Amino acid sequence: MVRRRFSFGLVSRLSSPIYGRSPCSGGIWTPCLGQKRSFMTAKDLVESEEPEKKVTNRINMFSAINQALHTVLDSDPKSYVFGEDVGFGGVFRCTTALRDKFGRHRVFNTPLCEQAIVGFGIGLASMGNRAIAEIQFADYIFPALDQIVNEAAKYRYRSGNLFNCGGLTVRAPYGAVGHGGHYHSQSPEAFFCHVPGIKVVIPRSPSQAKGLLLASIRDPNPVVFFEPKWLYRLAVEEVPVDDYTLPLSSAEVMRKGSDITLVGWGAQLAIMEEACDEVSKLGISCELIDLRTLIPWDKELVEDSVNKTGRLLVSHEAPVTGGFGAEIAASITNSCFLRLQAPVSRVCGLDTPFPLVFEPFYMPTKNKVSMIQHSKHTNCRISFQSMCG
Amino acid sequence: MNGSKSMLKLAAAALSKGLQESPLKSGLAEKGNFCRTVFLTRRYSAECSGKETNPTSKKSDSGEIDVEIPVKFDLHLLESGPSQVTTTNKEELMKIYTDMQIIRRAEIAADMLFKSQMIRGFCHLYDGQEAVSVGLERALSYDDNVITAYRDHGIFLGRGGTVFELFSELMGKRTGCALGKGGSMHLYHREHNFWGGWGIVGTTPPLGAGLAFGQKYEKKPNVTAAIYGDGAGNQGQLFEAQNLAALWNLPLILVIENNHFGMGTAEWRSSKKTTHYDRVSYIPGIKTDGMDVFAVGEAFKLCKEHCLSGKGPITLEADTYRYHGHSMSDPGSTYRSRQEIQGMRQERDPIERVRKIILKEELATNEELKDLDKQIRHEVDEASAKAREAEFPGEEELFANIYKADSGLIVTGCDRKHSKVQMS
Repeated sequence: MVRRRFSFGLVSRLSSPIYGRSPCSGGIWTPCLGQKRSFMTAKDLVESEEPEKKVTNRINMFSAINQALHTVLDSDPKSYVFGEDVGFGGVFRCTTALRDKFGRHRVFNTPLCEQAIVGFGIGLASMGNRAIAEIQFADYIFPALDQIVNEAAKYRYRSGNLFNCGGLTVRAPYGAVGHGGHYHSQSPEAFFCHVPGIKVVIPRSPSQAKGLLLASIRDPNPVVFFEPKWLYRLAVEEVPVDDYTLPLSSAEVMRKGSDITLVGWGAQLAIMEEACDEVSKLGISCELIDLRTLIPWDKELVEDSVNKTGRLLVSHEAPVTGGFGAEIAASITNSCFLRLQAPVSRVCGLDTPFPLVFEPFYMPTKNKVSMIQHSKHTNCRISFQSMCG
Repeated sequence: MNGSKSMLKLAAAALSKGLQESPLKSGLAEKGNFCRTVFLTRRYSAECSGKETNPTSKKSDSGEIDVEIPVKFDLHLLESGPSQVTTTNKEELMKIYTDMQIIRRAEIAADMLFKSQMIRGFCHLYDGQEAVSVGLERALSYDDNVITAYRDHGIFLGRGGTVFELFSELMGKRTGCALGKGGSMHLYHREHNFWGGWGIVGTTPPLGAGLAFGQKYEKKPNVTAAIYGDGAGNQGQLFEAQNLAALWNLPLILVIENNHFGMGTAEWRSSKKTTHYDRVSYIPGIKTDGMDVFAVGEAFKLCKEHCLSGKGPITLEADTYRYHGHSMSDPGSTYRSRQEIQGMRQERDPIERVRKIILKEELATNEELKDLDKQIRHEVDEASAKAREAEFPGEEELFANIYKADSGLIVTGCDRKHSKVQMS
């Protein structure tokens, strides 16, 4: 194994097997053949992981996801989409017209039983099928947590590769939506990032969603795919009409910069982009990275970026304590310690249950991000009062 | 009458079978169109067409009124059911009428408040199901525990919550029953043992089992009613709770408010077995007409006696109906026909039934009832206006009660160094 993990700041340019991000993966994740993984450094502008010029359509996120599902069901006769209310199109319209085209035996409703939905999906996937299970809201995924953690993540490992449920993809809308309250707004990605054996993927836009979903479904490991529900209708962009995948475990630099690195995923990136625009007026050049896959995450790219800028800020909607930002912070502090000019910052949701009327106070808003960006740059202290809003 | 009823049943069965087998074609299924109109046949114990709905009652000389309960109770593992006749009087009848009418008016007002965006988030309305809440209160006291799911406005009002507290909570105001922090799905009443208001489907049975255990342990002559809907009937934790309650002989009434739709999914699409009272081979059950407040009351009385005599849990299935959709974002007419909803209103409306008895027994005139309606409407409007004027909770509430207030506990915001709040 290439022990590239322990060289501060140095990035090995050797191509390596596409294993998971730990030196001793030993069969936890299966190499994904056919996916090119380039060693991107922050120095190189990341160009088209998007395919070369294709015919595109201007569509929103749920339509992009819908297209991806159509593509999968079209190309693989042993793929199935199931979940609560998916038959008529789903509460977010992501599964529109699938049942009409592919039939009730491949696109079907389940009763209201999340634990059984995922368990059933694991069984179906173990038979060599692509089981695409939908959990209606990520807030309701917890009954299924046992199946995901104890069964899906460990099947291949504990059977010595005799069996696996790599064909399983669990899709769930996550994140704040403005008025969701306690049980329609949660971001539970951190719970899943703690489980070796599954992958957690979160897209930020329609074109990303289509490519990443296709990659997730075709990845030979079980994947939990969180879709930012706020962006289902709100995010509209040109999305290639054909079949394309985006690589997993590969972060993307959204904008280059030299003063501070920002890392985020999902809907939060839009907020962070606004914050970057704001502080750029003060002359702070920000490098914005979309992590895309949370586990296994692209440590190299983030390390390269922090080695360039010397500062890191992570932002996510989930509460700050124990959120995935903590893992990134600890890891980068370990690997880039001598290069860091300031401690790693996390601008995240508050440590409260997701509130009802207090949502604007809870959320990591643009102002909070830009305040911290500024303070990181100038190393000055900001009071709580000026933080809110 | 019987012949035509069985013919109707056969025709209905054939039609529904046809619907099940053929792919659902609807001329409305265009791209982006939310509506797929599926006309369902109902499989009620009380059909909603051609049925005699004028309730029979008889007043005795002492002023007591015997009201017949037309729909037979269905029993599971029970020797005998409640009486098909219940006794009441003018005072009770007027109270029942008033209570149900308050729930009805409050729900209609909540509908309007939601549409004018004074209420945000989610709002699941209870109109049509008033008989369950008011019937429950006929049999249970405020010392009994009640816990329910997210369609809780009616239960909250039945448990003695005020309309003002309800509207305040819906609007997220400080004067709400949960200080505005819970919202529509999380209403509570501590003194009257209303334990909420729970958003996750299927969560109430095990919680109710815990409450019941507490009551039994403290040797209280009280029961717990854990209410859930037909959509929750297939959740794993329900089965676990049933076994627990039966194994430990808990005084738990498992109440299913079966309004036959889990969001937009009709019961026969989601469940192999569409009844709930007889699903468990070791827990007795009773099924009642949930649109008849007297039937519900008698059923609850039987259930309470059953539990308090140490026989363990019992299931009560209330065959009821909600007029509104699942929530305010659901028109409620894409998976059921308007005729069906209208039919329910005309033939099985719980308030109309009681009104007819009041008028028939000449306890009040039509005008008096109309005046009462107007008065209730006025009070509900006043409460709504007062709630609109009330304040939102202060910022300190954001961090309050995450834990029990430990002095010195620090709750952090983004980036610990720069934002902390010390709890006092």
